[in-house]
Amino acid sequence: MKYIPDALRRLWHRMGSPRWFYETTGPWVPWLAAAAALLIGVGTVWGLAYAPPDYLQGDSFRIIYIHVPAAYLAQAGYILMAICGVVLLVWRMKLADMVMATVAPIGAAFTFLALATGSIWGKPTWGTYWIWDARITSVLILLFLYLGIMGLRRAIERPEAAGRACAILAIVGVINIPIIKYSVDWWMTLHQPATFSVTSAPAMPAIMWVPLLLNVLGFNLLFAVSVIQGTRTEVLIRERRTRWVTDLCRGEQA
Amino acid sequence: MTPSAGSDPSLWVLFRGQLRRDLKLAFGQPSELANPLAFFVVVITLFPLGVSPEPGVLAGMAPGVLWIAALLATLLGLEALFRRDRDDGTLEQMVLRAQPLYLPVVARMLAHWMVTGAPLTLLAPLLGGMLNLAPEARLPLMLGLALGTPVLVLLGGVGAALTVGLRTGGVLLALLVLPLFVPVLILGVSAAELASSGLDPTGPLLWLAAGASFAITTVPFAIAAALRIGVETG
Repeated sequence: MKYIPDALRRLWHRMGSPRWFYETTGPWVPWLAAAAALLIGVGTVWGLAYAPPDYLQGDSFRIIYIHVPAAYLAQAGYILMAICGVVLLVWRMKLADMVMATVAPIGAAFTFLALATGSIWGKPTWGTYWIWDARITSVLILLFLYLGIMGLRRAIERPEAAGRACAILAIVGVINIPIIKYSVDWWMTLHQPATFSVTSAPAMPAIMWVPLLLNVLGFNLLFAVSVIQGTRTEVLIRERRTRWVTDLCRGEQA
Repeated sequence: MTPSAGSDPSLWVLFRGQLRRDLKLAFGQPSELANPLAFFVVVITLFPLGVSPEPGVLAGMAPGVLWIAALLATLLGLEALFRRDRDDGTLEQMVLRAQPLYLPVVARMLAHWMVTGAPLTLLAPLLGGMLNLAPEARLPLMLGLALGTPVLVLLGGVGAALTVGLRTGGVLLALLVLPLFVPVLILGVSAAELASSGLDPTGPLLWLAAGASFAITTVPFAIAAALRIGVETG
C-alpha cells in the first residue's frame, strides 16, 4: 500500500461514501448526456444517410451502427458487475453494490437490444430471424445470466445480503462466460448447419467505420450516464434515512 | 480462530463425520432418494412418446435427451440441499464452527453426488440402450456423466446456497444455474455423439475432467461464502 500515491488512496476512500458520489457526479450528468446525444446523433445520421451501402448486403448492414455498440456494452456491463462484486466482497464498499444493482437492468437492456437488432439484421442476410449461431446463442445465455442476477436481487429482501449474494453470482458467472463462449463456439463447429457466411468487406473504408466509432463512443457515454443517474437514485433510496438526504429533499421542496 | 488440539475435531474427522451424517440422512428417506431417478426415467420415457419411436430418430437424439434429463434430475434435488439444515439451525452451527466451511461443504456435495449423480450415471447406459444409443457410445456417455454430474452438483450448490433463505427458491434456482450448466451439457453430449459416429471422444472427456477438477477445487469456496449470506438473510 506504501507505493500507491496518496491522492489515489484518498479518492478510493472517498468513493466509499455514497454522499460524495452523489454530490460529485451531479454536475457531470447533463454534460455526459449532451455528449452522448451529440455523438450518437452524428454517428447514426452519418451511418444511416451518408455512409455508402455495403457492396454485398446493401443498406441492411446499416444496423451495425446500433448492433455493435449494444453487443459490446452487453458484455462490458457484466464484467463491470463482477468487478463491483469483487470490490463489494473485499472492501465492503456500499457504493459498489449500488452500481451493481443499477448495471444489471441496463446491461440486460443492452443485451436485449443486441439480440433484437441481430435478429432483424439476420432476416435480410441469412433469410431468417433466428438461427442457432454461436454468437447469438452465447448472447442469449448472457441475457439469462443477467435475468438470474436481477431475479436474485428481487427475491432477497435485505439489500445488503442481496448485494453480496449477487456479487457471488456475478463472479461465478464472469468466470463461466469465457467457458460458455468457447464451448458454444466449439458446439457450432460440430453442428454447423448450412454455411451462412457473414460477409462484410475485409476492411471498411473510413466513411463507414468513423460513424461506427462515434456510435461506440456515444453508446459508452449513454451507458455511463445511465449508470451514474441510476446509482444516484439508488443512493437516495438507500440513504433516505440519513440526515443529508432528508435535508436535500427539504431543500428541494422549499 | 486456530483450533486447539483435543477440544476441536481435526479436519479429516470433521469431513468424515459430515459425509457419514449426510449419507445417513439421505438413506433414511428412501422415497426422496428415488424421486430424482424416477423423474429421470419418466422424462426419458416421454421422448419416444412425444417425438418419435423410430429407432433411427431416437438414436440421433439419445445423447442430448439423456443429458438434458440428467440436468433436470440434478436440478430437482438441489432445492432441498441446504433447506432442512437451515430450518433446524444446523446450518448456523456449521457456519459458526471454528473450522473452515470448505470441508463440510465438500463433504455435503460429495454425499449429494453419491445419491444423485452417481446413480444417474449408472442408470444412463440402460436407458441409452432403450433409446437405441450406439453401443460404442455408452461408455463415453457414462464417463461424461461421471465427470460432468459433479460439476452440475457443485454449480447447483452455489444456486441452492444463494436461495436457501428464500421462500420462492425453486424457479429462481433453475434460472440461476441452468445457464451455467451449458458447457457441461455441450461437452457431455459431444463426447457421446462423437463416439456414436465412430470418432474419438477423448477430447471433450478430457475437457470435462479439467472442468471437474477446477470446479471441485474452487466452487466450494463460493458455496461456503453463499451459505454465510444465506444464514444472515433468515
